[in-house]
Amino acid sequence: MDSVGSIILYVVIALVMIACSVLAVTTRKILRAATYLLFTLFAAAALYFMLGYEFLGAVQIAVYAGGIVVLFVFAILLTSKPGDKAEKLTSKSHTLGMVAALAMLCVAGYGLVKQVISATAMPQMAEQTMAEVGETLMGTGHAQYLLPFEAVSVLLLACIIGGVVIARKR
Amino acid sequence: MEITLIYWLVPTLVMFCCGVYGFITRKNMIAILISLELMLNAVDINFALFNRYLHPEMMEGMFFTLFAIAIAAAETAVAIAIILNIFRSVKNVDVQGIDQMKF
Repeated sequence: MDSVGSIILYVVIALVMIACSVLAVTTRKILRAATYLLFTLFAAAALYFMLGYEFLGAVQIAVYAGGIVVLFVFAILLTSKPGDKAEKLTSKSHTLGMVAALAMLCVAGYGLVKQVISATAMPQMAEQTMAEVGETLMGTGHAQYLLPFEAVSVLLLACIIGGVVIARKR
Repeated sequence: MEITLIYWLVPTLVMFCCGVYGFITRKNMIAILISLELMLNAVDINFALFNRYLHPEMMEGMFFTLFAIAIAAAETAVAIAIILNIFRSVKNVDVQGIDQMKF
């Protein structure tokens, strides 16, 4: 049995997640789409905090909300005038998108209802300390992630160089 | 009322389907990228959820999400650099207007 507070929190997070992601793909002003994406990402961060993954929630806010959305806003302001609206959808692409999304929803929803409906409530978890997270991230033993960590750092370096090379003035 | 796994999976499924819809219908490349982020985020949430509900003693799902976030950041940065470069050459970010690989 969950407390009333966590049920209210669940309803708020789920509603924000659904409403803002629907609005992000249907609004015709691109800057508003980026703002709705930001709210969806905040809802995801709140969910991570609620699950007990504080580090993950902090990373979500810092990297997604602080980095990626800012990058989106910069790119939108550089490539379109404020007040620009996307042209109205043709009924063909609208139908196509709807069919794809609804088919996906039906298939995956059917799978969920069939398989996961009997899943249990959230089990207890020992609180994750930062030391534990750090050791898992930096260790070389079983189920520890030094090698992927280094691979990601090389990837980020390549991405920085690639971004500079692609976007520089000729 | 118990908040079981399915209560969380349904919002993320809706989020993913919104991403699919936006990816197909949008014309602006940045809007397509936003839809892509929605899909990626829905999948990230599912990794963390399955980890927390099914194997709370492990951290695999959480770390998978962590690395997915890092890779999504890198991917977005490169994609936006490409979009800005295209915008500089053709003054347009609509996928319909871009039908040449070389300008």
